[in-house]
Amino acid sequence: MCMAPKPWTFLSFPETKTYFAHFDLSSGSRQVQAHGKKLADALTLAVSHLDDLPAALSSLSDLHAHKLKVDPINFKYLSHCLLVTLARHHPGNMNPEVHASLDKFLSYVSNILTSKYR
Amino acid sequence: MVLVGIWRLLVVYPWTQRFFDSFGNLSSASAILGNPKIKAHGKKVLTSLGEAVKNLDNLKATFSKLSELHCDKLHVDPENFRLLGNVLVVVLAIHFGKEFTPEVHAAWQKLVTGVASALAHKYH
Repeated sequence: MCMAPKPWTFLSFPETKTYFAHFDLSSGSRQVQAHGKKLADALTLAVSHLDDLPAALSSLSDLHAHKLKVDPINFKYLSHCLLVTLARHHPGNMNPEVHASLDKFLSYVSNILTSKYR
Repeated sequence: MVLVGIWRLLVVYPWTQRFFDSFGNLSSASAILGNPKIKAHGKKVLTSLGEAVKNLDNLKATFSKLSELHCDKLHVDPENFRLLGNVLVVVLAIHFGKEFTPEVHAAWQKLVTGVASALAHKYH
């Protein structure tokens, strides 16, 4: 399911594509799918380290700060698309409390990933 | 002042330096300020803003080609246009001090928002 939000993000927020000019962005792209899997794996790691997120995400945090330099707004766009995808697939479970806790989690992950920007 | 704006953008939001890898030394605030390529870019941006002020009723058409360039060739995240616009407003506030009233601020904010929006308009 983490594969889905990327193409969705590209459609709703086309400016996010500027970071993937070197990718094949056509429908079904293997590069996009592979990148989606990286995201899924990172979020899975994050979920299993809720008490220790800054340490668990430290190298990803370094990567985003020193190499990728993705503008922080994009984490909001992707988080939003992740929530939309989850809501779409699990409409019965996405009550306000679950929505709030997911949003809080994604927001916290985003903050950590941009924490070393300056 | 636009040059100061670009300089300030690269210092306050260091991740914006990602677009200027080929510009040479950006290792410190003073290096950025003295960088000739940054100065040249600042001049280009200043000229564009001049065009904006002369074409307030037609920003999207005025920036149409630049918008395509920034999307298709330069791959610049439009969030950077908003960041630069806000930095310019801060620079103006520093420069004009008490004269930078809420009304003056609002007018400039509207201009920079309009320019950022026009530059992002052709993104796809």
